[in-house]
Amino acid sequence: MSTQAPSTIGAHDAAPRGGGIWRVALTIAWRSLHTYVRRPDLFVPSLVFPLVFLASFAGGLSALGKVPGFHFPAGYTAFQFVFVLCQSAMFAGLFTGFSLAFDFESGFARRLMLAAEDRRGIALGYALVGLSRAVITLSLVSAVALAAGMRITGDGVDIFGLYGLAALLTLVGYGWAAGVAFRFRSIQAGPLMQTPVFLLLFLAPVYVPLGLLKGWIHAVASINPATAFLDAGRGLISGVHDHTALAFICAVALIFLFAIWMLTGLRSAERSA
Amino acid sequence: MSEHVTQVGVLARRSMLKTLRQPFQLFPIVFFPLILLAVNASGLKAATHLPGFPTHSYISFAIAVAFIQGGMFSLINTGTNLAEDIESGFFNRLALTPLRRVSLIAGLLVGVAALGVLQSAVYILMGLVAGAHLDAGVGGVGVILVLGALTAVGFGAFGCAAALQTGSGEAVQGLFPLFFVFIFLSSSNLPRNLLTTGWFHTVANVNPISYLIEGFRSLYIYGWDGTALWRGFAVALGLTAVALLAVTGALRTRLQRT
Repeated sequence: MSTQAPSTIGAHDAAPRGGGIWRVALTIAWRSLHTYVRRPDLFVPSLVFPLVFLASFAGGLSALGKVPGFHFPAGYTAFQFVFVLCQSAMFAGLFTGFSLAFDFESGFARRLMLAAEDRRGIALGYALVGLSRAVITLSLVSAVALAAGMRITGDGVDIFGLYGLAALLTLVGYGWAAGVAFRFRSIQAGPLMQTPVFLLLFLAPVYVPLGLLKGWIHAVASINPATAFLDAGRGLISGVHDHTALAFICAVALIFLFAIWMLTGLRSAERSA
Repeated sequence: MSEHVTQVGVLARRSMLKTLRQPFQLFPIVFFPLILLAVNASGLKAATHLPGFPTHSYISFAIAVAFIQGGMFSLINTGTNLAEDIESGFFNRLALTPLRRVSLIAGLLVGVAALGVLQSAVYILMGLVAGAHLDAGVGGVGVILVLGALTAVGFGAFGCAAALQTGSGEAVQGLFPLFFVFIFLSSSNLPRNLLTTGWFHTVANVNPISYLIEGFRSLYIYGWDGTALWRGFAVALGLTAVALLAVTGALRTRLQRT
């Protein structure tokens, strides 16, 4: 396989500004994806983890589908698949933030910042990496879930919407993690990237619907945007829509917020370089 | 003999202090099991309505998992600390002293056992505050502390073996997810009789971690269940024996290289 990138970063020619961003972004995306697929230590865990979650939750907790008050038309595997899909999408973005932090630690990202004709292209390039990683992970998780007998009762448009939501969640995870990576420029900040997302996801109705949660977790889940993501995803896969518009609005709003967080982080990295 | 005890004591103290003085190592030991317990106990409370579920308190059922997670953090902390000593050259200097080989590892593992007791005490307290009921009473606390220490030593010894084999903290960290899979594919969230998916039930049945969890769990929900306890101790002792064999082999190779 050729390792030749589609273009060079350091070409400070008279290219239009917009073209510069994309040239940098595509080069970074190519390089990072190439590294990703060539290194099993990066590739394998990112695929194995969602599968373990799917096996553990959909397989190990299937009896919860018989809890009084639990009604989900597509079955418990589909119910848990949506959680694993959302989690995998967000973590594809997060792991890309890890790669960015690692590139800073190794000195590569600093050299990249010196060479890039438009540094916003760096942020965009890693976003493309996150999306590409999500495509690989989500394809595998979906294939395994279908092979395990998952039922989909939603139509084609619903499924398109489900994967569209997953793509937005990848960008949410990436925006947060990239903002942290640009500020700390060290892999030591990994827990700071992971922990809030982990908490956001697990303080939502992961195992049973919101109506069956009691006490403090019900109160927290009721105001957690991840609840809207899960409700919408489960609604789309089953064809019984639930909070779909709210989920998309929340995802777009979070992407907007984290884009500001990421770009101000990029400025901070520029100043330190 | 007394010289040997002194060597072990000094190394055990160093091993304990090395963990206790690093917030990055202490934080996950307390924080992660606490968060997972809070989230799972609340999110899975509905499972207690399933026919055949052994208790009405999911927190009493779920607290057992915290002890296993604590054991896994022992693996990471012990392995990372030893790998750090190898990477910094401290281990090589130590190997040049008249220190016995057995003391070298025994010191580390005695420190791990002491930390295992300490972290088990924290989880017991945490569980009681959260509303878990320890059916076995005060005697049960003693058994949990012993089983907790043994579990920590078993996992910690695996961490030592990995550190001696690879000499890299990063490689030791990489073991954590692998061992975590064993928790996920066990009876950690539901009792085995309620694992209705065929293949999962089979995997949980052959997964030794299921029996270790059930050993701790039995003291909380059944009181004194001899079968669950001997199985739990057998797994902990077996884990320790296998890990010590791995450590012995890895230590020999490492010292030959040195």
